[in-house]
Amino acid sequence: MSDLTRLSIADLRAGYARKAFSATEVTKAYLAAMEKARALNAYVLETPEKALEMAAASDKRIATGTVGALEGVPLGIKDLFATNGTRTTACSNILGNFVPTYESTVSSQLWRDGGVMLGKLNNDEFAMGSSNETSAFGPVVNPWKVAGYNQQLVPGGSSGGSAAAISGFLAAGVTATDTGGSIRQPAAFTGTVGIKPTYGRCSRWGIVAFASSLDQAGPMARTVRDSAILLKSMAGHDPKDSTSVDLPVPDYEAALTGEAKGLVIGIPKEYRVDGMPAEIEALWQRGIEWLKAAGATIREISLPHTKYALPAYYIVAPAEASSNLARYDGVRYGLRVPGDDIVDMYEKTRAAGFGKEVRRRIMIGTYVLSAGYYDAYYVKAQKIRTLIKRDFDLAWEAGVDAILTPATPSAAFGIGAKVDADPVEMYLNDVFTVTVNMAGLPGIAVPAGLDGDGLPLGLQLIGKPFDEPTLFRTAGVIEQAAGHFPVKPWW
Amino acid sequence: MSVDAATVRRVAHLARIAVSDAEIAHLQGELNSILAFVEQLDEVDVSGIEPMTSVIPMSLKKRQDVVSDGNVQALVTANAPMREDGFFMVPKVVE
Repeated sequence: MSDLTRLSIADLRAGYARKAFSATEVTKAYLAAMEKARALNAYVLETPEKALEMAAASDKRIATGTVGALEGVPLGIKDLFATNGTRTTACSNILGNFVPTYESTVSSQLWRDGGVMLGKLNNDEFAMGSSNETSAFGPVVNPWKVAGYNQQLVPGGSSGGSAAAISGFLAAGVTATDTGGSIRQPAAFTGTVGIKPTYGRCSRWGIVAFASSLDQAGPMARTVRDSAILLKSMAGHDPKDSTSVDLPVPDYEAALTGEAKGLVIGIPKEYRVDGMPAEIEALWQRGIEWLKAAGATIREISLPHTKYALPAYYIVAPAEASSNLARYDGVRYGLRVPGDDIVDMYEKTRAAGFGKEVRRRIMIGTYVLSAGYYDAYYVKAQKIRTLIKRDFDLAWEAGVDAILTPATPSAAFGIGAKVDADPVEMYLNDVFTVTVNMAGLPGIAVPAGLDGDGLPLGLQLIGKPFDEPTLFRTAGVIEQAAGHFPVKPWW
Repeated sequence: MSVDAATVRRVAHLARIAVSDAEIAHLQGELNSILAFVEQLDEVDVSGIEPMTSVIPMSLKKRQDVVSDGNVQALVTANAPMREDGFFMVPKVVE
């Protein structure tokens, strides 16, 4: 029965329909796989009792024939999503043993549709990081390794636990969040599919906030079809999030037509950055050829403000984070370190509870918002955001349907390799993904090949607002041409 | 623009994060490296450009101004590190 963890969500759906196995059997297979894979540190909390209880309920519904879209599908939940009665920490010491008394809207929709919760997944502390090394629970190990070498690699971040769980067959589907690339970069580093939907497509209610104008939830999965199935359940309007959009959720699976006839795919020349490895350039070229062969027209385009997206992001995101994270004060929840007076208590609590990267970002954010600097930094960065979005708008107006770029400037790197480097070096991981958050657009990362070391590389497709169907359709073409990249378990 | 040690101390206090003297020099270097990185934005002419306020054009939904939730005091204080009689406990603020 160990093969059950190899099945896609679509396979599980078909298997349950013909009673080939039960949700309890599938869930047990995943729980056993999770136990064997603890060295990867993908899960920060396993919830086997809850999983078996939910699987038993699924089996009852399967027996009566009233099944939801994710009936009996074992899922991992990033620890940024509040789960009612189950510890939620954002992988920060400052939340300590916080046990929410409410459920995030996105996860509640997964349970509404019959999903089974396996546990909570590791991530960079408050989703601030690109390697999952800032987590208070320690780094996640990428299931991928360079053939013949023992060095452990990062799975990317911030959704590193999500990426390792999906690529290491430790969940059939996972939730993740993306503020500057936190779904797409780890997907690329682990040979999996990850989509950041349009801003407003998924409710942010009940998700620990990082930078509210950039944060979006999305799924990661092993196939494009599975990511389409998951997004359908996660998306939708929520009265509790005033930035969630009241638009019908399309049938994303129906978009998977296997061809790209009539589509105009833009290739932005500004994404050809200095020092980009030849392998990434070659991968991009292969992607272009695959889409051409599937009927798409390729057009070179210009997004002139691309290079300013990352520096503008490192003003906007820390500014919003410094404001959002003001709530961790040692009074209402989480850690508290006693002090001589209330300010001393705040300062000691926050110094002890936040990790290094989080403290650094709060301080940058506080500085750029402080008196006399607000216009020079924050307002200026928001103006640059307008220009970045305008670049994309001009491309759409000129008839471009989607934009193809590399997902990351490199394959996965070693754990610890960038720890002592300048923080900016780590930030450069998000150079291809961050523009999408700044403009609020949807973006999908899809595995497209292996590099010379045998590590996965991904391509990214960027779409028009709420045009996720075209992204699934186009990503499906790349997936068909490139094939799948299952990891060989060594753990 | 770059920050000096006094500014690092001031920002840490504004952010309500205790910083030891030993950490100041290191933090100063890191903050300056990030500020140097964002300095390239000075190349961009933003005159006449409106700052972005919403990536997706939408009007905020309104709802009836009525009580829609509440009476959950026990849930609200359930995770408090110190609580008494349904209140959050803090050090004395007013003498």
